[in-house]
Order: sequence, then structure tokens, then C-alpha cells
Amino acid sequence: MYEFEFEKPSTVTEAVAALADEDAQALGGGQTLIPTLKQRLAMPSKLVSLSGIAQLKELSGNGGMLTIGGAVTHAEVAAAAAVSYPALADLASHIGDPAVRNRGTIGGSLANNDPAACYPAAALGSGATIVTNAREITADDYFRGLFETALEEGEIITAVRFPVPEKANYQKFLQPASRFALVGVFAAKYAAGVRVAVTGASEEGVFRWHEAEAALDASFAPDALDGLSVDAGGMIGDLHGSKEYRAHLVGVMTKRAVAAAG
Amino acid sequence: MPKDNGIGASPKRREDVRFLTGAGNYTDDINVHGQAHVHFLRADVAHATINSIDTSAAEAMPGVVKIFTGADFAEVGGIPCGWGVTDRHGNPQQEPRHPIIAHDTIRHVGEIVAAVVADTLEQARDAAEAIELDLGDKPAVVNMGAALADGSPKVHEDLTSNLCYDWVFGNPDDDAVQAAFDSAAHVTTLELVNNRLVANPMEPRVAIGDYSRATDEHTLYTTSQNPHVIRLLMCAFVLGLPEHKVRVIAPDVGGGFGSKIFHYAEEAFCTFAAKACGRAVKWTSTRAEAFISDAHGRDHVTKIELALDADNNFTALRTNTMANMGAYLSTFSTSVPSYLHGTLMAGNYKTPIVQVNVKTVFTNTVPVDAYRGAGRPEATYQLERVIDKAARELGADPVALRRQNFITEFPYETPVALTYDTGDYVATMDKLEQVADVAGFAARRAESEKNGKLRGFGVNCYIEACGIAPSNIVGMLGARAGLYDAATVRVNATGSISVMVGAHSHGQGHETSFPQVVADMIGIDESMVDIVHGDTGRVPFGMGTYGSRSIAVCGSAMVRATEKIIAKAKKIAAHLMEASDADIELKDGQFTVAGTDKSVAWGDVCLTAYVPHNYPLEELEPGLEETAFYDPANFTYPAGAYACEVEVDPDTGKVSIERFAAADDFGNIINPMIVDGQVHGGLGQGIGQALLENAAYDEDGQLLSASFMDYAMPRADDVPFYQVDHSCQTPCTHNPLGVKGCGEAGAIGSPPAVVNAVIDALQSGGKNVAHIDMPLSPARVWAAMNG
Repeated sequence: MYEFEFEKPSTVTEAVAALADEDAQALGGGQTLIPTLKQRLAMPSKLVSLSGIAQLKELSGNGGMLTIGGAVTHAEVAAAAAVSYPALADLASHIGDPAVRNRGTIGGSLANNDPAACYPAAALGSGATIVTNAREITADDYFRGLFETALEEGEIITAVRFPVPEKANYQKFLQPASRFALVGVFAAKYAAGVRVAVTGASEEGVFRWHEAEAALDASFAPDALDGLSVDAGGMIGDLHGSKEYRAHLVGVMTKRAVAAAG
Repeated sequence: MPKDNGIGASPKRREDVRFLTGAGNYTDDINVHGQAHVHFLRADVAHATINSIDTSAAEAMPGVVKIFTGADFAEVGGIPCGWGVTDRHGNPQQEPRHPIIAHDTIRHVGEIVAAVVADTLEQARDAAEAIELDLGDKPAVVNMGAALADGSPKVHEDLTSNLCYDWVFGNPDDDAVQAAFDSAAHVTTLELVNNRLVANPMEPRVAIGDYSRATDEHTLYTTSQNPHVIRLLMCAFVLGLPEHKVRVIAPDVGGGFGSKIFHYAEEAFCTFAAKACGRAVKWTSTRAEAFISDAHGRDHVTKIELALDADNNFTALRTNTMANMGAYLSTFSTSVPSYLHGTLMAGNYKTPIVQVNVKTVFTNTVPVDAYRGAGRPEATYQLERVIDKAARELGADPVALRRQNFITEFPYETPVALTYDTGDYVATMDKLEQVADVAGFAARRAESEKNGKLRGFGVNCYIEACGIAPSNIVGMLGARAGLYDAATVRVNATGSISVMVGAHSHGQGHETSFPQVVADMIGIDESMVDIVHGDTGRVPFGMGTYGSRSIAVCGSAMVRATEKIIAKAKKIAAHLMEASDADIELKDGQFTVAGTDKSVAWGDVCLTAYVPHNYPLEELEPGLEETAFYDPANFTYPAGAYACEVEVDPDTGKVSIERFAAADDFGNIINPMIVDGQVHGGLGQGIGQALLENAAYDEDGQLLSASFMDYAMPRADDVPFYQVDHSCQTPCTHNPLGVKGCGEAGAIGSPPAVVNAVIDALQSGGKNVAHIDMPLSPARVWAAMNG
């Protein structure tokens, strides 16, 4: 890696100030950023670690809303949400490997917005709110494509608020090498309607499958999806699966998520 | 009651204590005082002319010691190829120069373009970024068929084409072979790809060159399976150094699988640069470098045809294969698709006519060479797939069709030049059917179907030729090296023993199993015996470890040396007991005079050898140390039968291996636990090839699967608990231990079983799928089902 400055502030205000420097970069759990730096694929002037900010480590449940601090690790979510939001806990418990789960953070994952990551599907599928140092952003407004989000330079995710659904489930079909999602589908049933979010599949990143949501609003059952399919045109086609295969898997994984949600 | 000591016992691996507690001494653990570090600037394009390299800015960077380019190596030799194959017309293979650093032309992504030596690795990397390259684009040659087409751009302008050699083996008479096909009752044809693989040993390669101005001696520390081979090739062909001034040390090595047999440019570079810089020079490969600089494996495209008569007897076999050499000829590259592949095409079957046609092809890709099995998996895969396809076409039972065509009498001369000394293919198939619980398959399939899954059963046989030899025959076939091995047994005055062996242990457990043999022969506890390996300064000239040769070849040398020790020790014992040495018997570490109660202990004899006060000095030299070189009379022929049971998810195409059974005949076995482990590891790699691994290039010669994000290695949950049986034992007839070798069997025998099982599963579900090329990823299986 190239040389960089390192700061570890203890408050959000200090972190925001530290990130004001040109080419400063926030560091969450480092599970994506550190390997990138090791390969010299990024050259930040300064890394600002968010792991020393107590406020970002908080996790609380309140009246059907689960609020997770931006620096909470996947392993902590897997443990803490097991009762309050089991589908989310289950998703978190299957991200990456133990090192990733014990270092990687929800804020880091959502800020990076890898098109095959799991958390974007949970956030979009839950209609979560991304809370930053400056504002609140609905998940529908937050995800803007591959590795693109609504975050401004230097903006920090302080928390993510998840409305807890009546039922939900996440089904991930593994890319054989990386074990990221080749296709992952998060389906959640709320009083206000069903949400279905798909990760791994689209060239535009995580997306909602509105036709499936409408069908599931009418009947939250796997066979409600019979005959529905996503257009292969916008899907990713690569070494691990064609566009058509991914489009097909979206249907299969959605049915399985609905079936598993009960 | 199982033995707890000696041949046939399963003591735990003594080397694991240091490996599992972080006390191993790997090459990267070695740091030489004052060492500098080298960073290699590697090509990021597959084919280009180098118009100019400007290193001036880089040379001025902090910490830079020296920067090397291809011009610095113009006066030294290229990396040699260790096997010269003669083509079907009697002409030698085309053999391009293989430079240490690219000179004038870049021929694959990953080729070294410049080398920066600096005080620290980060400084070397910084300086490498300041090197200015002026490259001229050239079209990349990637696809083998296109590479052989008229008018294709050439990988090497100085060669006549991209064809390395066009080789025929077995029956060269095209008309006679065609006549056999014309008169066949049935012909089954199959076109298939044996997918390119990256070996990916856990430890990447490392090289440290050190040079002493005081003694004019070089030391190369390197991750090698065969340090003497590296020393010979580097000294004699590349750098022109006298061997007695060069010591090559390969300490603990974390896996090789063939990829650490070869002499690599980085080894010669570090040796050369250490003298040029006046400092030791160290290189540690990153995983990213390993993907584009370690020799790859496999990469064959084959059409195979099997002719059968009306009674389903195999009457003829013909293959046409293109084999990828990559951009340059790696050390044993040309032997793999020829003599390590064509000689195995008879398999376990008495097919009377076999013709093997192979074209080897240069492409703008990483060089391809031996990988666990090396030619034999490619042969086995073709043969066992086409037999399975024939069985389906004929409505025959795949096991019965194989049994009907088994070779049953030994020795057996194949139509592809080998003489199988011994084997019992019926016995291993019988054992397999029992171990795999074939009888219970129907019930298991019904259970899978109840859960919406397709279940398939696949079987295959394999034969392997290990311990390639004898040297004079392989020399006639083009080998440019001997294939014997050597061992020195040094008995210490107090009776303990150091055995210096030419074999190299990098996962095989030699440090445990080799002492079992010596201890057993003498009748002492194996804790009194250690082996020494991996250092040309300490061991006799041996050829190292690959091709499942270690126990069959080096183990035999060790036996011969130990026999010499015992013979001499008996003379000493005879002197001590005033008897004739012909009357001395050795048992349990005691020398006795036959028919008497007179005895003398092993330790007393050893002490006498080194403190020769009461000793026949006029007839016998003091000391107790013997060396033997052993050149086998023939290959050894392990063989067996494997069975795989899979479930396929029809909705996603995902294959899961539910059961895997292996029945192997390895001849006599020294340490059954280690043999189990070798088979398990081989099966893991074979299953990896069948389901997961794929080194894929795009049309520009970029490796698409250049990291573990895209190159799928098998993980623990990709493989089942194996049922491994090696109770069928037909001992090798021509080596003293009756051993055959077991290192590659799992990787050779498993891919066809997996594919056969998947095809069986799909056909059971009504899918008319005859073949899918490996790896059988979910996407490929789904596409085949829905094609």
C-alpha cells in the first residue's frame, strides 16, 4: 500500500472534520478497503477510522424499529437481532467469513454498495432509512448503481433504521468462488405491502422487483410468482452465470424467500 | 492388532508438530543479513513489442539498488525445457527461447518486464511505478484452434507457426485404425475440454539469492519440489555456474502439486542479482502474482472415439487432442500431453488398437506444465467419459461394460508402450461396489426425488503410471534428465540414523513414513531415524518429488542403502561374535548367530563401527554410512475404481456431492493414515476441477479468474466425507518394497466419476444431456438442462 495518514476520532464531529481533507477516506471494518490498499488500487491521503466512535456502535430496538449504528459489525447484528429481526440476523450471519463478520460493519457495507453484497438487499427490502451525520436518506433514494450511493464526500453513515416486518427472509445463491451473492433476494411483508429487493443480479446494483411485490401483495405465497420473471437484459453476465441464468435465479430465490418467510 | 511401529503402522505425522504450532521454516521465514528485495514489473498485456524501457526516473528513487531489464540477461541462457518430443515426422519440437526477463517482446500477462531491487519491498514497488514502458500492441493468440489456423499471428516470430509438435502414439497407421472403426458395430464420439487449472499451493513461491564474495559460492533458497534439478538446470543451462559453487535449499515447502517442480525465472534472477548487487535478493510472490506466473495445469481440448464390436468389446480407440503450452515451454511441459498422457490411453482395458494424436500449441498465456496427475488425469477423463457415454448409447450397464473389457492377465503389454506388471481391476471394482453401497443407491435416489432433487451415480476406473523410469528408456523418449533417486543412510555411533534423501517432502509426510521403513528393516524404534531433505549441500543428487515417485524410487534407494548398512553391520557383528557373517541374523535390532543364543545389539555394532578397537580393519572400513542410487526397471501402476453420488437441484443447476467412494490398489503401504490423507487431498483437487476450478482467459489474453474472487477453490463444505479403501493390494513386482505410489490417484480418478454422476442425475430427470464441460458450475448445469 501507499503511505497514508491515520486518524481515529472519538466523535462523529471530529470524524467529519478529519474527512474534510482532500483524498481522506473513512475506514469502517476495512474488509474491502484494506485489500484494495494492499493492491495499490487506491491512494487515500488519510484514513479516518470510525471504530473509535461510541455512538456508531449502538444498537437498539424500539416499537417495531431496529436501529443499528454504522460501525456495528455483522457478527454483532447476527447476535443482537436474532430475536427482534431474525431475517436480518440470518443475513448478517452468512456474510463473508468469520473475519469479515467480526470486522466488517453495516455502515461500511452500505457505503461501499458492492453490487453483490447482502446488506443492500436487506436495507432496500426493509425500506430502511440511512441516517448520516447530515441527513436521513430512504433506502429507495440511497442506492444509485454499482458502488454508487447518495452519500456526499465526507458523509458518514451513523445509523441504519430498519422497520421490522411481519415476516421476511433472505435467500442467497452463492457465486462459487467469492461466495458473494450471485443472486440474493430479500423479501419482506409489511402491513403497508411487500418489498422484494434483489442483489448480485443487476448491472444497476440492488433493485426492487416491483412486479413480484404486487403479486405478493395479493397473495404472499410462492405460487403467486408463477409466470413472473425479470428481464434478462439488465442482468450481469459473467464467468459465473449468464444474464439469463441470473434472471432465472431471481425467480427461484424469490420463491424460496417467500416460502421460507412462511 | 494394528502395528504401532514400522511398515504398515500409522504413527501421526511428526512434522505436523512444527507445522501446526507455527514453528515451520518456510522460505519466506528466511531472512539473510543485508538482504534487498525485488519487485517484478509484470506485463499487463498478453502480447506486445517492447519499443523501449526508461528506468532513469525509477533508478533515482529512494532505496533503489539496481534495476534489471531483458538486456541484462541477453548473455545468459534461457529457461530450458526438460523434454524434447519428436513429432510424427521425426522432427524435433519447436523450442523458443524462454528469457528470464522479456526482451523485445511480451508474450503473456504476468511475464517479467523489469526487476527492481531496493532496500525495502515498498521502495521497489514505488520505483517500479516510475518505469516508463513504450509498448507496441500485437494481437493476442489465445484460442488453440485459432492459433493453429493458417495466417494466425505468431507467439514467436522466429518459429514457423504456433505448433510446438504434432505427435502420434500407439498405432500410427491411420488406415488400419480407420479400418477398425469402419468395421465396428458401434462408435461413440465425444468432444471435451479438460479445463485449465491454477495449482494454488497454500504457500506461494519464494526465492532468495545469496552470494559470498569470500568463497564465490551462491546459495538459492527456493520453494522447490526438487532442489537438485533446479541447481542442475540453473547452473548448466541458464547462468553457466559450476555446480559445486551453488547450493540450493528448499526448506519447508507448503504444497506444490507440480507447480514447484519447474525452474522459474525468479530463481535464476535472484541468484544472478545477488552477485550483481553484492547483496542477497529476496522475492516473495503475492497470490496475485502466483495466478499469472506459476505454471498452470491441464488445458486440453479433445475429440475421442471408441469403437465396439457387436458384443460390446472395445476394438479401437482414437483421440485427437490440442494441448496448450502457453507462451513458453516450462520445464516438463512437452512431456505432459505426450508421454505422460498417450501412454495411459489404454486405461484398464484390453482395447487392441489405440491411436493418440496430440498437437501442442503456443498461445499468449501463462506456460502450462504438470499439475497433480500431469497427463494421466487428462487421459483418464477422456477414456472414462467416452466409456460412460458408450454405455448410455448402448443401453449397457456402465460397470458391466467396464468389467467386460478389463485387462485380467498380468504382465500386460498395452498398445501404448507400457507393460503393466501387476493389478487386479476386478477386485478393486468388487471392493468399490461394496464400499459405495451400490445396492442402496435406488433407495437413496428415491429419497432425493422426494425432496425435488435429481440423484446420480457415476463410476470410473483409473490407472496411473508412477515413478517414471527407467532412465535409459525415458531418455530415448526425449527426457533430458535421469529419473533415478538417491539416499544416503548415515548411522551415528550411538545407533541413531540420519537418512539423506533426494525426495522432497512438501506435504507428503516423508519425515514420518520414510523412517518407518528403515526402522522396520533394522528392527529399531522409528524415533531413532530422521530424514534430511531439501538441501543440495546435505543430500545426494536426487530428482525430487513429483509423479507419485517418492516411495517407489527414493524409498527403494533408501532400502538399497539400508541393505548395504545391514550387510556391513552383519560383518561387524560376525567379527564381534567370532562367527561367519553368513550365519548372522538381524531381528528386532539384535544380531544373533543362527542356531545359538549369542547376540549383539544394534547399538553395540554401530559403536564398534566408529570406535573400531575390536574390528577387522584389514578387511572392512570403519564407519557405517552407505549411499544407493536406484533407477527403477519400470513404472509402477496404481489403479482403482471410484464412485461418486451427486444430487442436482433442478431449479438452480447446483451439484452437491453426497457420497464419494474410492477403492485403490497401491500395492504395499507404508503408512495407511498418510495414504488416506493423500487420497483425500487428491479427491479434493479432482472434485475442484470437476465442479469449481477454471482458469479462464478472455480473447485479449487477460486471465478472468485471476484471484480467489473468481477462481473457485474447493472448500471443506464442497466435498463429502470420503469412503476410502486400499485393502486391494497387488504389490509392485520390481521394487523392493512392492509399493506403487498414491499421491496423484485421487486427482486422476475423481473428475470423470463426478461428471458421470451428474450426467446420470440429469438423465434420470428426463434431461437429454450427454456431456457438460468442466467445471460443472451451477450456471453450466442449468444451461445444459435448459439448452
